[in-house]
Amino acid sequence: METIFSQPLLPFIFAMLMGASLFIYVILDGYDLGVGMLIDSASSHEKDIMISSIGPFWDANETWLILAIGIVLSAFPEAHGVMLTHSYIPISTMLFGLIFRGIAFDFRAKVPYQMKWRWNLKFFWGSLIASLSQGYIFGSYLTGFDTSLSSTMFSFLMALTVCSSYCLIGACWLLIKTKGALQLKAAQWARYHFINSCLGLICIALTIPALSDRIFMRWFTLSSFIIVWPIPLATSLLLFSLYRILKKQPLPNDKLCWLPYMQVCLLFLISFISIAYSFTPYIVPEKLTIYETAAATNSLQIILYGVAIIFPLLIIYTSISHYVFRGKAEQLTYY
Amino acid sequence: MDPFILSRIQFALNITFHILFPSITIALGWILLYFKYKYNRTKDYDWMHCYFFFTKIFALSFSIGVVSGITMSFQFGTNWPGFMNKVGNVAGPLLAYEVLTAFFLEASFLGIMLFGFRRVPPWLHTTATILVAVGTTLSAFWILVLNSWMHTPAGFEMTNGKAFVTSWSAVVFNPSMPYRFIHMLLASGLTASFLMAGLSSLRYLYQNKSPVAYFGLKTGIYLAAILAPLQITVGHFHGLHTKQVQPAKFAAMEGAWTTEKGAPLILFAIPNQELRKNEYAIEIPYLGSLIATNSLDGTILGLEEFEYYPPVSPVFFGFRTMIGIGMLMLSVAWLTSFMLYRKKSLSNLMHKLLVAMSLSGFIATTAGWYVTEIGRQPWLVQDVLLAKDALGPVSEKNVLFTLIIYSLIYAFVSFSYIYTLTYMTKHAGDHTPSDPERQGVGMGQRHTSAFKKKDYDS
Repeated sequence: METIFSQPLLPFIFAMLMGASLFIYVILDGYDLGVGMLIDSASSHEKDIMISSIGPFWDANETWLILAIGIVLSAFPEAHGVMLTHSYIPISTMLFGLIFRGIAFDFRAKVPYQMKWRWNLKFFWGSLIASLSQGYIFGSYLTGFDTSLSSTMFSFLMALTVCSSYCLIGACWLLIKTKGALQLKAAQWARYHFINSCLGLICIALTIPALSDRIFMRWFTLSSFIIVWPIPLATSLLLFSLYRILKKQPLPNDKLCWLPYMQVCLLFLISFISIAYSFTPYIVPEKLTIYETAAATNSLQIILYGVAIIFPLLIIYTSISHYVFRGKAEQLTYY
Repeated sequence: MDPFILSRIQFALNITFHILFPSITIALGWILLYFKYKYNRTKDYDWMHCYFFFTKIFALSFSIGVVSGITMSFQFGTNWPGFMNKVGNVAGPLLAYEVLTAFFLEASFLGIMLFGFRRVPPWLHTTATILVAVGTTLSAFWILVLNSWMHTPAGFEMTNGKAFVTSWSAVVFNPSMPYRFIHMLLASGLTASFLMAGLSSLRYLYQNKSPVAYFGLKTGIYLAAILAPLQITVGHFHGLHTKQVQPAKFAAMEGAWTTEKGAPLILFAIPNQELRKNEYAIEIPYLGSLIATNSLDGTILGLEEFEYYPPVSPVFFGFRTMIGIGMLMLSVAWLTSFMLYRKKSLSNLMHKLLVAMSLSGFIATTAGWYVTEIGRQPWLVQDVLLAKDALGPVSEKNVLFTLIIYSLIYAFVSFSYIYTLTYMTKHAGDHTPSDPERQGVGMGQRHTSAFKKKDYDS
C-alpha cells in the first residue's frame, strides 16, 4: 500500500538519520571534548601537542551537533520545541561551555604568552561544562523531562558517565595521535576512565528498564529476550577485550594503537542501538512519537534528497581531513 | 520584565553578536584566495605572509562565528518554538541545506586551509581555500534565503494554521532575496576591507613598513573604493523594493507619519511614537519623493495607512546611521585610494583615519540589519506570524539569567577579540615568537626561541 518514500516510513528514516548524526557527533566531538577535559592534567608542552591533535578537526566535529539539531528542527519541529523549552537551563549552560571552549582554542595560540594559561583553563572548563550539560540533557530527555528527585539523580548520573566516556574516547584518541611519555599518560587516563565509564554504563543499563513498564517488557520477557540477547553479550565481550587491550597499551611500535578508539566507538554504537530499541517510536520519551511530530511529507522529501547526495560527501570530507592530518600530532603551523 | 521582551532582547543580542563575524569571514575568504592567487602568480612570498596574517584573523573570527552560530540554532527551539511549529516546513529544509551544503564544506576544509600549507600539495591548499570561500558564501546564501522569506514570504499555502510549501523555487527565489543577498555580500566586502585597511594602517603607525603591510593596505582600500559606490547603488534599489513589498517599514525608515505628495527628505528628527509625529525635524523639501519615486510630487505612503507598523525611532535612526557611515566609507576609501595611487604611501593622519574606520563596517552592517529586522515588527514572518505568537513557555527568571550571562560573555569575547587583533598587529612581522605571520598554533615562547629569521625565509 505504501511506497518507500511515503509518510509512515519517512519519519522513521529521519529518526535514523538523527541518531546517526548524533552518533557521529559523539564519537568525533567526543574525543575533542575529552581531550579538552584531560588537558588539565598535562604539562604545558603536552597541552600544545594535545591541542594540535584536535586542531584541524574540531570545527567540523562540532558541525555534526548542528546537523543533529537541524534534523530534529526540520523533521520533527514540534518535538524540537518541546525538547528545547524543557531543558532551557542545561542547554544554555552547554552553549556557554561550547562558546568558551571554541574561542579558547583560537585565542590561546594568539594572545601574549603570559596569558596563555588563562585560555587553557577556559578551554578545560568549557569542555567540562559542555560535556556535563550534554550528559544531563540526555539524561533528562530519557526520563521524558521528569523533574522528580530520582529522575534528576538519573540525569546527574548520566552527566558524569558521559563526561567520563568522553575522557575515555579522548584518551584513546591520544593513544593514536601521540608518542612517548604523553602516550604513556594517555594509556593511564584511558584505564582510569574505562573503570568509571563501565560503572556508569552498568548503572544506566540497569536503570533504563525501570523508567517504564514498556521498556521493561522490551528487555525482560522471554519473547523479547530471544531478539535482544546479542546486545548484553556483545557489550560484555567488548568491555572485556577493551579492558585487556588497555592494560597492555601502548604496545611496542604502536601496534594496535587505533584499536581502543574503535572499540569505544563500537561500545557507543551498541549503547545508541539499545536506547533506540528501548524508546522507538517515541521522540519525546513516553509523550510524543515520531509520527505525531513529523513535518510535511514534501518537506521531508526535499531534505532527504539533499541528505542522500550530501551524506556521502560529508564522509569524504571527514576522511580527507583525517587523512591529511594522519600520524602523530606535531606542532601545528599556519605556514 | 515580560519574557517576551527579554527573549527578544536576547535574540537581538545573539544575532547582533553573531553577524559581526560572518560579516568578516564571508568576504575575507575570497580576499585570502586573492592573496593565494597573487602568490601563485608572482611567487612573492610577502603575499603569503599577508595570507598567513589574515588567515589567523579569519580563524579567530570563524571560531567565534561557529560558536555563536550554534547558539543561534538552539535559540529557535528554546525561546521561539512557535516559529518552527508554524513555518517549520519552509524554514527547516532551508536550515538543513545550510548545514549540509555549506557549513560542512567550510568547517571540513578550514583545517587544511589553516594548517595544511606544508602538508598538502599546493593545488590542494588552493582548493581548500576556494572551498572555504565558497562554503561561507553558500552559507550566507541559505541563511539570507530564509531571512528574506520571512520578509517576503512566497511559494506556500496555509492549511490548519501551518505553512505548506507549494513551490520550492518560489521559496528560494522569493522577491527580496536577490537584493538582500547582494547587499549583504557587499556589506561583508566593505567590513572586511575596512578592517584590513585599518589593521594595516595600525602596522604603519607601529613603524612597521614591511611590504606585507603595504599589500594589506592596498588591497583593503582599493577594494573598499570599488565596493562602496556599488553598495550605495544596490542599497538604493533594495530600499525602493522595500517600498513596494513592505511599505510600513519604508514609511518608518523615512519617518513618514502621514501620506504625502512631494514628501521631504528628513535629515534629522526625533520621531514621537505616541503623538505620531516628528519633533525637531530638519528636512529638504521634495527630495524624499524624488529619491523614492523619481518625481518631485510622487506619493510616499505614511504610517497612518497601516494597521501594524514598527517602532519608528530605531528604524529611522538605524537607517540614518547606515547611510551616514556608508557615505563616510565612500569618501574615506576614495580619498585614501587617490592618495595612495599618487604617492604610494599615506600620511600618518590618513593612517589614523583608517584605524578609526576599522570597525565602521560592523556598525553599518548592524545598523542596516536593525532597520530591516525591527522594520518588520510586529511580524516575525510578514503577514503570517506575529512575533508574540512564536514565544514558547519560557519563564522570566530563566531568560533573565541567560540574558545576563550572554551579555557578560559577549562583552568579554568582544574585548578579547579587539585586544588580540591589536596585539597580533603590533607583533606582525617582528620575527619574535609572538609574530603572527609566522607563529604556529601550539607554539609558545619556550619552543620557538631557537628559531631565527633565516629559518622562516628559506
